[in-house]
Amino acid sequence: MIDVIMPQMGESIVEGTLTKWLKQPGERVERDEPLFEISTDKVDTEIPSPVAGTMGEILVKEGTTVGINTVVGRISDGAGAPAPAPAAAAPAAAAAAPAPAREPVAAPASSPVAVAVEPAAIPEEAAGPLSPLVRKMARENNIDLNQVRGTGAGGRITKQDLETFLEVRTAAPVRTAPVQAPPAQAPYVAPPPPSPPPPAAVVQQAPPVQQAPPPPRTQAVAPVQEQAHFRGEAPAARVEPMSVMRQKIAEHMVFSKRTSAHVTTVHKVDMTRIAKMRDRVKGEFQARHGFSLTFLPFVMRATTAALQAFPLLNSSIDGTNIIYHRDINLGMAVALENGLIVPVIRNADEKNVVGLQRSIADLASRARSRQLRPDEVQAGTFSITNFGSFGSVFATPVINQPQVGILGVGTVEKVPVVLDDAIAIRSVCYLALTFDHRLIDGALGDQFTQKVKSILENWSEEVL
Amino acid sequence: MQCTGKPSMPEAVTAAAVCELRDLGRMRYAEAFALQQQLVERRKRREIPDQLLIVEHPHVVTMGRTGHDENLLAAPELLERAGIEFYRTDRGGDVTYHGPGQIVGYPILDLREWKRDVVAYVRALEQVLIDALAEFGIAAGREAGATGVWTAQGKIAALGVHISRWVTSHGFALNVDTDLSYFRYIVPCGLTKPVTSLREFGCQAHRDQVVAAIARGFARVFDREMESSPEAEKSRELEKI
Repeated sequence: MIDVIMPQMGESIVEGTLTKWLKQPGERVERDEPLFEISTDKVDTEIPSPVAGTMGEILVKEGTTVGINTVVGRISDGAGAPAPAPAAAAPAAAAAAPAPAREPVAAPASSPVAVAVEPAAIPEEAAGPLSPLVRKMARENNIDLNQVRGTGAGGRITKQDLETFLEVRTAAPVRTAPVQAPPAQAPYVAPPPPSPPPPAAVVQQAPPVQQAPPPPRTQAVAPVQEQAHFRGEAPAARVEPMSVMRQKIAEHMVFSKRTSAHVTTVHKVDMTRIAKMRDRVKGEFQARHGFSLTFLPFVMRATTAALQAFPLLNSSIDGTNIIYHRDINLGMAVALENGLIVPVIRNADEKNVVGLQRSIADLASRARSRQLRPDEVQAGTFSITNFGSFGSVFATPVINQPQVGILGVGTVEKVPVVLDDAIAIRSVCYLALTFDHRLIDGALGDQFTQKVKSILENWSEEVL
Repeated sequence: MQCTGKPSMPEAVTAAAVCELRDLGRMRYAEAFALQQQLVERRKRREIPDQLLIVEHPHVVTMGRTGHDENLLAAPELLERAGIEFYRTDRGGDVTYHGPGQIVGYPILDLREWKRDVVAYVRALEQVLIDALAEFGIAAGREAGATGVWTAQGKIAALGVHISRWVTSHGFALNVDTDLSYFRYIVPCGLTKPVTSLREFGCQAHRDQVVAAIARGFARVFDREMESSPEAEKSRELEKI
């Protein structure tokens, strides 16, 4: 059985992401035939097989990032030796040979096997002085004391701590997070290749790595150990690359938070009048137009009127200039299965409630089926996000750059309110305006939201 | 090379290795890809020196093997209707767009004759473009964690590389006077930093001038002697393969 390692593809490179296995267990592999692909920094590299044989087990799954020299899989080179055996042998081997706890690099490379079966060393310096009882318990239960949080004097590990640790370990064999220090054991991290070639001939055979790579520095491999398997148990975490959309969203969110001075102001709006009107007309609305009537187009209509009254909310910052947009183009956040997109209703101020509702229904449905045209997601000047549809009462939305405001609409709920010293049942929702305090002062932000509120509470337009 | 009295003089002082520069003009993605693959195989067999292919593609969106459909804003059918070809390629990574007004470069280098370092290679490619842009007065640089070449106005060049046995393929795409609106087919609205081009900086340089600047940068950064090949001849030669 030949170990296949993550090669070092450059001096500064300490890890790589295994993106694709080109051979599956049991498949025939020729020497130098591409075996797997790795990815480092926009470079995808095919790694050829060091030997001819049969693909054995895969130790590192696709999408996982591991340190260089990590054993990622095994190839059986024995004539006719079938693949099934290694699968069963792997966990056993991993369980029987916990790697040395701390200093694999410093360990003499002369006899790696002997090193491998040594029990986990008990780190005195890390845990403080240990009582003989604790030592014994740790030894008997094969506990790595790096994993245990000490609650005794000076962080000292007590018998109680070990009992708690054992309880947790028994109850939840899948480790969720290392208690304090990252796990020191990493069975799948290969021991450093000994400098003289003979035993680990494979390292030499892997063509991309011609000189034996330098032994991994403890520091460099450390992050990998956190992800590595622990004594044959399931891994504590799964690594999955972000989709491009997710990366863009992440980038934009942080960019926005860094760019704008976010302030959120929340106003309570009595939606009773609109709720009643909606109840009255929604049947006919649906029959006439083929889509249902929600609260959102009312909020949009009120928002465009408020934007006309307070044009600074419909602007952008460019260096030290303020760009006032002529058009009012409303972005509306649409949740996708794995992300979000903000299609734009152009000239939203020119549409009535029916027109707005039609645009909302159309854009949301095409956003979800990815049928939006590029110009339909551009040139927004202000955004609305309707988290109320997910039951949120209010939230603090993030501005969609380069806009300066975003209005979040909370869920509309019937609540008891005091009206003229009597308790009444009203339909109420919270409007949360996040504005860029670089440009918009609190007073203006509140005036704007009050304007939206006032239009909604005194709604007078006919809908049908 | 005269090495009088210093027998241990390293090879570095000898003449720089040759890199053939082939400007293919406008070529469809699939065709250029097939050509790349042929040249990669020949380079692996050391039948040819390093190559730098320069090409301009008609509108095309390509998706790497690990790309996900959700990253395409428009469905492939919609791209087709807009006259944009769509390919899945063996290049790893994400979705990208190529089109008229963009200089696409495919270096086919054997990194064993340069540095066995894939990250250093990508940084070097970035440097080539940064140097070339500087010739046109455009200040460009890198952004941590975001491979590519960046300016104050956004990303001006994208990079994506494939390596097999230390031989490189795929490469870079520099926007000269690309119609940037096409990028919106592949990135969600407003959720990205902008893309930009030389034209956006008011630079009216002709494509050939930019190619020449790239070639100069390439020669310097990779220490190669660029040798332009009469392309017609090369094409005929390739047909015989």
